[in-house]
Amino acid sequence: MSRLMDVQNVSKHFSGVKAVNDVSFYLDPGEILGLIGPNGAGKTTLFNLVSGVIPPDHGRVVMRGEDITGMAPYHVVDRGLARTHQIVKPLNDMTVLDNVTVGACFGSEKMGLKRAREKALSVIRMVGLEDRRNLLANQLTIAGKKRLEVARALAGNPQLLLLDEVLAGLNPTEVQGMINVIRTIREDSGIAILIIEHLMQAVMNLSDRVMVLNFGSTLATGTPEEVTRHPQVIEAYLGDPDMAEKLMRK
Amino acid sequence: MMIKRPFFWMIVATVAVFAIAPLVGGIGVRESLFLAAIYMILALNLNFMIGYTGYVNFGSIVFFGLGGTLGIFAITVWGWPLWAALIGAGVVVAGLALLLGLGILRLRGAYFALATIGVVEATKAFVSNFDPFGGSTGMYISFSAYKPLGGAREALWVAYFLLVAVLGISLLLSFWIKRSRFGLGLFAIREDEDAAMVLGVKAPLFKAIIYSVSSVLPAIAGVLFFFKNGVIQPEQAFDLTLSIEAIVMLMLGGQGTVIGAALGGFAYEQFRGYLLTSSTFSSFHLVIAGALLLLIVLFAPGGLIGWAHERWAITRKVLE
Repeated sequence: MSRLMDVQNVSKHFSGVKAVNDVSFYLDPGEILGLIGPNGAGKTTLFNLVSGVIPPDHGRVVMRGEDITGMAPYHVVDRGLARTHQIVKPLNDMTVLDNVTVGACFGSEKMGLKRAREKALSVIRMVGLEDRRNLLANQLTIAGKKRLEVARALAGNPQLLLLDEVLAGLNPTEVQGMINVIRTIREDSGIAILIIEHLMQAVMNLSDRVMVLNFGSTLATGTPEEVTRHPQVIEAYLGDPDMAEKLMRK
Repeated sequence: MMIKRPFFWMIVATVAVFAIAPLVGGIGVRESLFLAAIYMILALNLNFMIGYTGYVNFGSIVFFGLGGTLGIFAITVWGWPLWAALIGAGVVVAGLALLLGLGILRLRGAYFALATIGVVEATKAFVSNFDPFGGSTGMYISFSAYKPLGGAREALWVAYFLLVAVLGISLLLSFWIKRSRFGLGLFAIREDEDAAMVLGVKAPLFKAIIYSVSSVLPAIAGVLFFFKNGVIQPEQAFDLTLSIEAIVMLMLGGQGTVIGAALGGFAYEQFRGYLLTSSTFSSFHLVIAGALLLLIVLFAPGGLIGWAHERWAITRKVLE
């Protein structure tokens, strides 16, 4: 067995609301797993449980054979995980380059300042922020800030990248740009990616497997084709029985 | 790498001016610069917390007071030489600050600020009631303590030059931390602590370390100040007013910048000296300091240097 990440029966309650209820999934090295579901289904909470931002009430999170349940976020980072935030959290009064250098310095591969700068520059180039590297992070557009989130997470050389709605709020050109970035990440570095996304076309095209959450529970898991034909998924989320064919045609 | 930067040479020049000016200008200049150096040291080290890490420490004076108390105790009661008292006070205060920091830095924002005020008051109450430290009347340094340095007159000069050295170390340390990997982690915490932790910055450890680092040089400055003063009393050593004045200095010059903290400390001493000696404004300086703080926070939150950085690109490049 060489599961990169194995999440077993995790649950989280917020004062009576079951945000995440008995969810299990796994990720193999280099795999892209899409996570979809209606608003409030518990997707971001699941991210927070996995990345150590909040500890789960029950269940275990195992990464490369090591139990990381309830570890502080910076310890989870040491084990090779990096994530972005749905609501972007740029380090506002610092330059784009400094933002990404933080990721490189303190990410899973603890780099020295000099190497971190070089790494940061190459990642900045990859996500297409090169011309804006000396701007302060708060001067970026929302699309720029989303790219910055991805760049910071990537800079530390993680083995698993958690992307939380990096396409939301972007215009079609920006979406295409970001999809290309994600493809490049996968082709260049073989990093496994867990991606939350509402844009069905993007999820279906990028993911090897897709997991659907609804009311905190797993509704279905499978290849994109299997999931889009699943009757309950159609009822809860897609709302259109012909969706699968439409998406695949695109 | 630091030597190549112009700012390094500005630090060298500043220290040189502090070392030479009283030799030319005499004891009056020395007294004014001694106090200016104390203020600059307080502001520069407070800058590590407020400017670099984003944690408002209202009680930074506790390091100065506790360092002074421990150092003077070692000199008067145990008969330690000055150099040993300086090192001892620095080490003990740093250790205590590290332990305390691991605890109170779990608090954020206003709660942390309130806790730091509590630390000053609690320490003052302890020292005032602790007989070995002389209780509320404090400790007096006997004339014989100055003998190893060649007498009282010479001892004052020694204390001055040592303080200038502490100022130089404060400036270099500020510059070095600002340009280091550690400093980058601190700035990340200042901007968004949760994001910094997700990026891998071990925030609780970083905060405790910088809290401890920010305590060492003020503690040593405290020993020098009260050694020169000849007497230490808890009311004067743990004076919350000076703690708040240090915040005014830092905000005045520009928090987060090395030159801003230094300039703020220096300017505040000059301005305070002017007000204290002027017949109209005598002991009015706190009122003006308060009004000044209000104006800065409202209209120029970046202070003097922040204001300059917004206008000219060149200052951002040269002034750290």
